[in-house]
Amino acid sequence: MFEGIEMRQVFGETLCTLARTDPRIVVLEADLMKASGTTPFKEEHPERFFDVGVAEANMIGIAAGLANMGKIPFATSFTPFATRRAFDQNTISVAYSNLPVRIGGTDPGVTAELNGGTHMSFEDAGIMRGLARMTIVEPVDSYQLVQFIHQSLDLEGPVYLRMYRKNKTQFFREKDSFVIGKNVTIQEGTDGTIIASGIMLSLAMEAAQNLEKEGIRPRIINMHTLKPVDKQSILSAARDTGAIVTAENHSILNGWGSAVAEVVCEEHPIPMRRVGVRDHFGEVGKIPFLLEKYHMTSVDITKALKEVLKKRS
Amino acid sequence: MELNELKHLEEKANTIRRITIEMIGKLGVGHVGGALSIADVLAALYYKYMRVDPANPKWVERDRFVLSKGHAGPALYAVLADKGYFPFEWIDTLNQPNTNLPSHCDRLKTPGVDMTAGSLGQGLSAAIGMALGARIDRLPIRVYALIGDGESQEGQIWEAAMYAPNQRLDTLTVFLDYNRMQIDGTTDEINCMDPLADRWKAFGWQTIQIPGHNLKAICNAIDIALETKGKPTMIILDTIKGKGLSFAEGKVSSHNMPLSQDQVLQALQELGGGSHV
Repeated sequence: MFEGIEMRQVFGETLCTLARTDPRIVVLEADLMKASGTTPFKEEHPERFFDVGVAEANMIGIAAGLANMGKIPFATSFTPFATRRAFDQNTISVAYSNLPVRIGGTDPGVTAELNGGTHMSFEDAGIMRGLARMTIVEPVDSYQLVQFIHQSLDLEGPVYLRMYRKNKTQFFREKDSFVIGKNVTIQEGTDGTIIASGIMLSLAMEAAQNLEKEGIRPRIINMHTLKPVDKQSILSAARDTGAIVTAENHSILNGWGSAVAEVVCEEHPIPMRRVGVRDHFGEVGKIPFLLEKYHMTSVDITKALKEVLKKRS
Repeated sequence: MELNELKHLEEKANTIRRITIEMIGKLGVGHVGGALSIADVLAALYYKYMRVDPANPKWVERDRFVLSKGHAGPALYAVLADKGYFPFEWIDTLNQPNTNLPSHCDRLKTPGVDMTAGSLGQGLSAAIGMALGARIDRLPIRVYALIGDGESQEGQIWEAAMYAPNQRLDTLTVFLDYNRMQIDGTTDEINCMDPLADRWKAFGWQTIQIPGHNLKAICNAIDIALETKGKPTMIILDTIKGKGLSFAEGKVSSHNMPLSQDQVLQALQELGGGSHV
């Protein structure tokens, strides 16, 4: 159904459709309406659409006020501006106030591509993870996105949605179902586990295909929800497969790898490796170039899995 | 306005000051200066203008108030205690462990507090969002916000200042407590904000500057705000930090000051009237 359609179009149209029957839904932008795909919402629900201009702090603050009046605001910008630029507003006006603002961040990590280092945040999910009450989800494709948008409407607190807006390829099928906070097992296996999020999931599958040729079959898990972390799925993987590699389009500090390591270290220590951005800033480049340069390709994932399997007792 | 009503509001302002002093006095330290400078505007709002129901603090059609300078919370708690939003004894719990009256306003803790604030500069945006939310639902309500002068050095205040007139938000009335003092000194010496009224006017606000402890002037200004169409109103209150307390008035140090029992007694004597606790 969504094949060949960009995630941002699905995002905008889903909100448009939901708003027809749910008067709580409002949309906020900070001069990136076209990038977020919310132009149709402005056209169909102009009285519920607010473009504040280039002022992200004000956008998040106004969203908090709208939420305080019973609305469910979706406030979107590029990941660094939706999170970092308005972090204290996300903290105090939204999370500390426990208001149901849905903060949309588009162009996560290397998908910022030619906008380069200023727009390429590797820390966005990490800083948001530090906020109590914050739910953080990164849909792999539009099928996940739509289900997460629907489910988010029933959550009491704030949500951070991390979206690769230009993504046109669908990893999942229309009939697959997902639940915020529950990891998805993509492939069963006992030779370690690869836990991946966002664009890294298809790279993890590539790695799995390479490993299969050598008779190695890891479990593959999609961890679409960074917070609250699905401990049970991580612990089962640790117990059943004895080694874990995480793969994230984010800094290995404070992101998916960190979250998994926290659970593993405290509850069931096993060998682990984190594939992701290793504590540096971004730069201009297309996705394949950046993944290669930052050692985040399927080859890197394959190598990491073999390393942890070697250490497995 | 009738003389009786004016007298009543002045008495309420005095009551707010007295309760605030007793509350902070019990603890021994607190944000005395900026709480006392807003007592008069709070009296006008909560005892004359705002449509609220203390028995039903979540009433959807109530007017809203955002105390953006959240450190003045004790003055608002004094109002809410006096109006019966919560048991009066709560005022003894200010900043005590597990209290519902924290130093800075918290919508999750205190019945009658409409928005959380404390990290300065954020309340005005929230107030705009609340007025927009009411407009979408066609709720016949007013949204009031109170910001500080030092707080107005935050950039977000000016992001919000730019946006509200663009939305023609005439249901929004904002007060600015212009006591000309901040923690590190006077606003003039730290980061002067004059010509303050001209700045708000230039941003598109109906702007009125009045003596901030004169209840007649405050009520007149709110009356103008209620009649203003097509733009929000900014009422700049020329106030005195620590107003009503001889040993705190006009002193930078009154921002967050210790209050001994002797000082509390002196303050209550100066303010007149009986004890509330």
